[in-house]
Amino acid sequence: MEILKKIWNDKFSRIALIILIALYTVILFADFIAPYSSMYSNRDLAYAPPSTIYTINEKGKLSLPYTYNYIREYDPNLMQTVFKQDRSKKYFIKILPKAEKYKFLGIIPTHRHLFGVDKGGEIHLLGTDINGRDVFSRLLFGGRISMTVGFLALLIVFPIGLLYGGISGYLGGIVDVLMMRFAEAVMAIPSFYLLIILAAILPSGMTSVQRFALIVVILALIGWAGFARVVRGMVLSIKQEDFVQAEKIMGASKMRIILRHILPQTTSYVIIAMTLSVPSYILAESGLSFLGLGIQQPDASWGNMLKEAQEFTNILYRPWLLTPGGLIFIAVLSFNLLGDTIRDILDPKSEVRR
Amino acid sequence: MEFFKLITKRILQVIPLLVVVSMISFFIIRLAPIDPLAELRLNPSISEETLQKEIKRLNLDKPIIIQYLSWGKSFIKGDLGYTSSGEKVSVKLKERIPNTLLLTFIVIFLTWSVGIPLGILSAIKKETAFDRLLTVLSSVGMAIPSFFFAILMLMFAVKTGWFPVGGLTSYNYNDMTVWGKFIDLIKHLVLPVIVLFSISLSGLQRQMRANMLEVLDSDYVKFARAKGLSEFKVIFKHALRNAVNPMITLLGFEFAGLLSGAALTEYVFQYPGLGRLILEAVMKSDINLVMASLMMGTIMLVLGNLIADILLMLTDPRTRGVNKEGTGC
Repeated sequence: MEILKKIWNDKFSRIALIILIALYTVILFADFIAPYSSMYSNRDLAYAPPSTIYTINEKGKLSLPYTYNYIREYDPNLMQTVFKQDRSKKYFIKILPKAEKYKFLGIIPTHRHLFGVDKGGEIHLLGTDINGRDVFSRLLFGGRISMTVGFLALLIVFPIGLLYGGISGYLGGIVDVLMMRFAEAVMAIPSFYLLIILAAILPSGMTSVQRFALIVVILALIGWAGFARVVRGMVLSIKQEDFVQAEKIMGASKMRIILRHILPQTTSYVIIAMTLSVPSYILAESGLSFLGLGIQQPDASWGNMLKEAQEFTNILYRPWLLTPGGLIFIAVLSFNLLGDTIRDILDPKSEVRR
Repeated sequence: MEFFKLITKRILQVIPLLVVVSMISFFIIRLAPIDPLAELRLNPSISEETLQKEIKRLNLDKPIIIQYLSWGKSFIKGDLGYTSSGEKVSVKLKERIPNTLLLTFIVIFLTWSVGIPLGILSAIKKETAFDRLLTVLSSVGMAIPSFFFAILMLMFAVKTGWFPVGGLTSYNYNDMTVWGKFIDLIKHLVLPVIVLFSISLSGLQRQMRANMLEVLDSDYVKFARAKGLSEFKVIFKHALRNAVNPMITLLGFEFAGLLSGAALTEYVFQYPGLGRLILEAVMKSDINLVMASLMMGTIMLVLGNLIADILLMLTDPRTRGVNKEGTGC
């Protein structure tokens, strides 16, 4: 509780915390907030620009917000397809309209979405992609993957790292030397090279859930070594303490001493390491997906959505495809700011550096 | 004499490390459900003879341990085999590694010559508007994904047309004068360098600031101040030397980070470096090439760390006399 209070008192970390809570809330309710499902596609509207929302009507009077549909036309002068607004029919934006069916929070089946337009209308807050899918909706669904992958990978990294570092540090001797040489070898391979190789050898033809789980495992395989090394260093100093010696004399088993007495002493480091390493997993996943080796289409992730943005025509004419990059940036920035504050709180030595 | 012994010992430690790395990578790749010769078999320009030679060289008909040993033997001899398109792997690597090294060295040189002074400045001017601005900028720099930044830079380049996009040289490079070649190279390097530079600068500046603040708070700096030394002397003669030492260890890590970060940047800018080579190799499941470039990447990284350690031994007397447990932190 003390920590939360301190976080709240710091201006930057308060903003970061609010942003993160907002992001996680939005992705939790993604089905409800997004006007379309992640698979919805309208092939006639590939690369449609964001819908313009009007609050003042053609007579200059204030009106309820409405939008027009886009129609795709081929412009012979420009030699390219252009999108024109179909001014013949207004579509008012509705709160809680009925649209595609989904399960609210995965349980309650419903048709209601947060907002939308009447049947026949289309609303794309951030335009559409090459398949005519709504970018805004896919951003929310992609966030589910991009924002959770880090935490899931940590669930694997921490037990492995703690146990490996704990055993290596506590037993010492030849076991320690061998275990540490192995960890160093894993660290010596440029991490991103290893990452893409591991991702590339995944067999094709997996379901998206399997693929997601394996990506998480791969990310964890990259991250554990560095963590284990630091834990080992801490264990080396903790095992000299009197309470460990006392436990030894009382005849506790080695595993018991490591698990019950030494590792709990590393909690504050674990918390710091956790917040500090989440962003690197987010970046790693999006990097992988960006290269086409991570989460695969048609599933959305911020990285694979950004993949489309790097084509020259898209860079020039379809800036809305860049939004996933902006979200990755905001999420990573918020995690970093929060992590810095938590590190300062838990590590009194860093008081000086502030 | 003692000093040379330490360095030799440190260099010798690298060898088992490389052996373990090669084993890890070899088994990962070999255990994968990929036929290492699939592409070679499909390539009509590869003769049956070459194919048989490769199978023999890789000992594909023998157990994996034998395969590894024979791979290791030919690796040490410098025989890296053929890529799936029939070129020699070593030729391909020779073409790409200098490009990655060029990019990395330029970036490290720039980050150090800008990051260290900025770190010192923000530590001295702690909590002024200047320091705050740098803190905000470095937070931004650390959070922006390299490939996203690279795309933004591409966007900039395409819109303004100031910089050529993709590759390292223009199509008419060979017809240019020496000066023209130089300018052409610079123009192609600007964007990738900017991307990698601004990302690694943030980390370096932060680290330097933190080190400097810690040193400025130490007893000997307080003593130097109490002695009545000028602030300039305190900072540059006493504080700076001790604050820079930990940075040298960081140099090795930075090299590692750059190798990884460069892969994505190279991909976006179509820069012909090692990172993109390994990516292409992975996509084509070109086993020989993947294995060789992975090893090369690792060797470069290990050498980077080695150089950093030796530099640290030269600058910091504390790391010399003590055993290896004491080095590093």
